[in-house]
Amino acid sequence: MQKRYMALWFCHLKTDWLTIRKPELAETPFVFSFPVHNRNLLTAVSPKAEAQGLYKGMRVADAKAMVLDLKVFKDKANRDINLLNAIGEWSIRYTPFVAIDAPDGLLLDISGCTHLWDGERTYYKEVVNRFLNKGYTVRAAIADTIGAAWAVARFAQAHPIVTSGQQVKAILPLPPAALRLETAILERLDKLGFRTIKSLTAIPVSSLRRRFGEQLTLRLKQATGEASEYLHPLQPVEAYAERLPCLEPILTRVGIELAIRYLLQALCKWLAKEGKGIRAASLKCFRIDGHIQQTDIGTNQATYQVEHLFKLFELKIGDIEPGLGIELFTLEVTKVDDVETTQEAIWADKQALQNTIVIQLLDRLAGKIGAQAIHRYLPQEHHWPERSIKKAENFEAKPATAWRTDQLRPTILLPRPELVEVSAPIPDYPPMLFRYQGTVHHIKRADGPERIEREWWLDEGEHRDYYIVEDQHGQRYWIFRLGHYGQRRHQWFLHGFFA
Amino acid sequence: MLQGKKDIVSKLQQNIMLWEGFKAPSTGTVNQFGLGIIEASFANGVFPTGAIHEFLNFKPEHAAASGGFVAGLLQPILKASGICLWIGTSRTIFPVALAYFGVSPDRVVFIDAIKEKDVLWATEEALKCNSVAAVVAEVSKLSFAQSRRLQLAVEKSSTTGFILRNDPNALSTTTCVARWRITPLPSAPEDGMPGVGFPRWNVELIKVRNGNSGVWQVEWRNDRFLLVTEQENTSVDVIRKVG
Repeated sequence: MQKRYMALWFCHLKTDWLTIRKPELAETPFVFSFPVHNRNLLTAVSPKAEAQGLYKGMRVADAKAMVLDLKVFKDKANRDINLLNAIGEWSIRYTPFVAIDAPDGLLLDISGCTHLWDGERTYYKEVVNRFLNKGYTVRAAIADTIGAAWAVARFAQAHPIVTSGQQVKAILPLPPAALRLETAILERLDKLGFRTIKSLTAIPVSSLRRRFGEQLTLRLKQATGEASEYLHPLQPVEAYAERLPCLEPILTRVGIELAIRYLLQALCKWLAKEGKGIRAASLKCFRIDGHIQQTDIGTNQATYQVEHLFKLFELKIGDIEPGLGIELFTLEVTKVDDVETTQEAIWADKQALQNTIVIQLLDRLAGKIGAQAIHRYLPQEHHWPERSIKKAENFEAKPATAWRTDQLRPTILLPRPELVEVSAPIPDYPPMLFRYQGTVHHIKRADGPERIEREWWLDEGEHRDYYIVEDQHGQRYWIFRLGHYGQRRHQWFLHGFFA
Repeated sequence: MLQGKKDIVSKLQQNIMLWEGFKAPSTGTVNQFGLGIIEASFANGVFPTGAIHEFLNFKPEHAAASGGFVAGLLQPILKASGICLWIGTSRTIFPVALAYFGVSPDRVVFIDAIKEKDVLWATEEALKCNSVAAVVAEVSKLSFAQSRRLQLAVEKSSTTGFILRNDPNALSTTTCVARWRITPLPSAPEDGMPGVGFPRWNVELIKVRNGNSGVWQVEWRNDRFLLVTEQENTSVDVIRKVG
């Protein structure tokens, strides 16, 4: 389909904004000023002030000298962007694809939207009149390319709607400034006598590139449609979302359940057709008093099973406060993934991690307790005990190396080794006894030492000499000495309990 | 006449057992845990799977011993590819150690809840799921009603549950099929060798439904349980130089 773009240009964005808020300013010249390098410069000029010869970038002192009753307002950084953001979000009613064109414009991808307003002419009139009624001076143009729409909106005197394919003809009589170029290039073009874009087309492209750089030829191509150009939408288009407006406000749990089920069925049907599944979704309930209640769910594996997803939401229905009633439900898929549609083997082991029932159980646990509570570990090739395991990122991951059983490791490992008092230490042997939490343990048997060096490329410190020791009651411990024996202060730690 | 009466009584007992959920063992299930004489203390002489076992740990040393013993029991339950959920609030079990008891640690999913309430909820949900082979839960308090809920969950799914109790002050009657206490015993290396020997435990079966309680000494040797008889149990208390 032929793309159609609309460019909007707010000639007096900031001053119009203030005039709407303070209508009494309409008859007085006023400006916005902002300090730049210790000078107050004009950043926006009202139409009345402009008529008296003020312009953007002028010094406030000069402006005040020229216009005696000038009102000066302090400007804020990013005011124009914030304004454009707000206007852009409002304009999403005209097309889902709105982009900001700083500092004073909006770009709308209106492909496939205009027929809803009976054609481009009425669409154009609707948009421009809406803004004019609101109080914004706006100039707009519709063309096949972003560049042409931008140029026509700002520089053409008539015919704001460029018929499809006619953009070259439309931009040829316009000045080179209509090509969105840097000031330095524009000045050079002006000096060389290029007054219109038409005069540029007479020069071979290679010469233009050599003299004025890549930007000029690119902009020229973008305006004519030879090179493509992309917009960054203000709100990314929701790929998978469903909405359910309610005739009567919903107050009951049964009603919310029905709504969720309805939304899920519609969404899952759509996802299943495309072989996609939900990894994360968020349900928004718009209440009649303006509040929005949001609930999020996540799954461990992409799925489009309505029953399973419903169960995940069911756990959280209790958190939704309907207040005076919910008038609109929207369900958005925030993360999609491809669904692996492998045929389930008849004789496959039922009790495996890949089993969907297990995954669904884990989803439910994650939904209630939190996904951060679920851990699965894989071996990691490190001798340092704390680093010998790593968290598995998903449930399909298999251990890259085998689990080591040649070195004994304690059944219980303390998260942090705890300092113990020892007595009668002998070099290269475990101590005769150690005191842990007030109890004295006489060491009757011992194995070791197993020296584990610190991985110097990961952290710094002393090595550990581990001993497996057994006390008089047969209780087995894993203790270690930090560093060499006989160093100024060697310390002993308890790090784990053996079975 | 007397013989006939005996037959009738044993038949009735069998029926009661069936109603209570103890099925007669199918062939090949006897002694699959390698616990030998301990398994004979249970009803029908079979270690009950699809039930809930309770382990009392009052010290970290006991918890380590119970952890090892439970891991040894998990091995035949998980078999080739079964998975296990290990649920608790302050988990200290070191996954690497499970490999020593024949359980592949990557088939154990650890759930670290913050609230005790969530642990019980997660345990119940997991026990209801028959695709999970076993569930290990570390809880401090378990009321009779809560244990009943867990029991009802396993009766449908035949998942095996292990409850590790770590609060001695909160003991109460539960519906668990067995209550165990595992405490470590001095190891006895073979032939008076120096160093620490195989893990050895004092296994107390304090309570058991339709069975006999008892005390045994068990060692974990060569990837299986081994009952230690009194004659073998002669530990030499000498400090040996090692290294």
